[in-house]
Amino acid sequence: MAAQTNQPMVEARGLGRTFRTRTGDVEAVAGVDFAVQAREVVGFLGPNGAGKTTTQRMLSTLLAPTSGEATVAGCDLRRNPVGVRRRIGYVAQGGSTNPNALCDEELVLQAQLYGLGAEEAGRRAADICARLDLADLGARQIKTLSGGQRRRLDVALGLVHGPGLVFLDEPSTGLDPQSRANLWTHIRGLRDELGTTVFLTTHYLDEADALCDRILIIDHGRIVAEGTPDQLKRRISGDLVIFTVGPEAERARGVLAGRPGVREAVPHDGTVRVTVERGEEGALPLMRALDAAGIPVASMQIARPTLDDVFLTLTGHSLRDQPAAEGRRPS
Amino acid sequence: MSAWREARLVFRQQLRLSWRQPVWAVLALIQPLLYLALFGPLLRPLTHTPGFPPGSSWSVFVPGLLIQLAMFGTMFVGFGLIAEMRYGVVERMRVTPASRMALLMGRVMRDAVVLVGQAVLLIAIATVFGLRAPLLGLAAVLVIVLLLGISLSSFSYAAGLKLRSEDALAQLLNSLAVPLLLRSGILLPMSLAPRWLYLLSRLNPFSHVVDGARAAVRGDFGSGSIAVGFIAALGLAIAGVAVGTRTFHRETN
Repeated sequence: MAAQTNQPMVEARGLGRTFRTRTGDVEAVAGVDFAVQAREVVGFLGPNGAGKTTTQRMLSTLLAPTSGEATVAGCDLRRNPVGVRRRIGYVAQGGSTNPNALCDEELVLQAQLYGLGAEEAGRRAADICARLDLADLGARQIKTLSGGQRRRLDVALGLVHGPGLVFLDEPSTGLDPQSRANLWTHIRGLRDELGTTVFLTTHYLDEADALCDRILIIDHGRIVAEGTPDQLKRRISGDLVIFTVGPEAERARGVLAGRPGVREAVPHDGTVRVTVERGEEGALPLMRALDAAGIPVASMQIARPTLDDVFLTLTGHSLRDQPAAEGRRPS
Repeated sequence: MSAWREARLVFRQQLRLSWRQPVWAVLALIQPLLYLALFGPLLRPLTHTPGFPPGSSWSVFVPGLLIQLAMFGTMFVGFGLIAEMRYGVVERMRVTPASRMALLMGRVMRDAVVLVGQAVLLIAIATVFGLRAPLLGLAAVLVIVLLLGISLSSFSYAAGLKLRSEDALAQLLNSLAVPLLLRSGILLPMSLAPRWLYLLSRLNPFSHVVDGARAAVRGDFGSGSIAVGFIAALGLAIAGVAVGTRTFHRETN
């Protein structure tokens, strides 16, 4: 296997893609730089049209970059696309199966196209089906599967040859909450049990939060922030510590403002809302300070900003109100 | 050779899918059968017309029908590829290391096999109607049909891959099919045509293929028409596969 321990599984350097359209050039991805380490689960978070799918399609050899370069699973993307294909799995966002085919047929064929013999392919197909709760569906026609089963089959097709790196494009789009939670469990299992590196895209904040070790936030073809879910939330907005102090709110503000680590203290409706770098560490000293000043504290609450707040702070717009400018790019 | 192995894998899967819906392969036979039953008898009185080729009316008409089956049976396979692209199947195969040519040829092989099966069935039914032909001639016709099928199915996939839209493909095929049909002498031999139309038809490689098929069915192995027809069909097959492979490579790399 290429790409052992120290080398990143994915390394993009100035990777970009410009589409020619009748109305002029559209820069879908504007030269991104990032790395994904082995055994990491990394998420590309951004609204529709941000360039997530385009980046994944470039990294999985489906779309030629118009600028920059990348190393994927130890192979140079431009010089050795077949080497890349051998080592990765890719699950597209729009499905990947013929409704008239049987589950087993598609899985075995896919494994064989990766060079596995018929017997080995059959064994792998059975393994991945067991892992993804598809075990009894082998002989079923794909059109008879539920949406959740079909999505898991898409994931199974991307994993049947046992790649060290898998790209998942919007893995849970269109699934009901239960199927989503179920799929998340499987995705976590990939890394924890098989040591697979997972690079996924999502426009769901909760999905990025629940699955990813690290998140790259992308907007208008540019990476605007990067970090663990916690780091991002902290770095962008800080934590909010809310003390309920009744009529003493104004005095409490005076006590707390300007203390080390406090960015802002705002009295609001019988409370004082204090923005600090880290809520868990910052709250207690503040509490003591209020105590020392003789202000009784009725309650204290630490609120984490959501990734949506993060996104809003970074890009000036919310993830949800983004118009679907670009679904799937023409290629 | 791994490309050959991959093509066979794709072929087997495609054949299984066709086998699961045999109704389409059978439906494709209905049109030639209608021609056989309802148009074929009209030709009988024409056999004495000056310019009508030698042989019974069936040995003139059935080869034409076989070529028509080969052309119109495989010309539309591009629609199937567009559907597969929509399902995401093509993209799923593209991310594997499998050879791009194998992804095309596996499908072309399926179309060729289905076509030859249909042609054998059509010949059998035509025999009931009164076709008499030497076995060697029939074998030669089947080879020509096979080559034509390979050619048109490759072209059709290339067009489907390029256009990516059923509407556009339908327009393209319609605009090609009628002139090809009229200038190939499939329904009525071009030897009946006025000189200008005959000369025009000579520019159409399919007319040579039809002539070759007719010579084979009437057992005229000495005339050279069979060789010309075979070479025309082979040329069309090579051109189709070349264009198809090129397009598959370019559009999917």
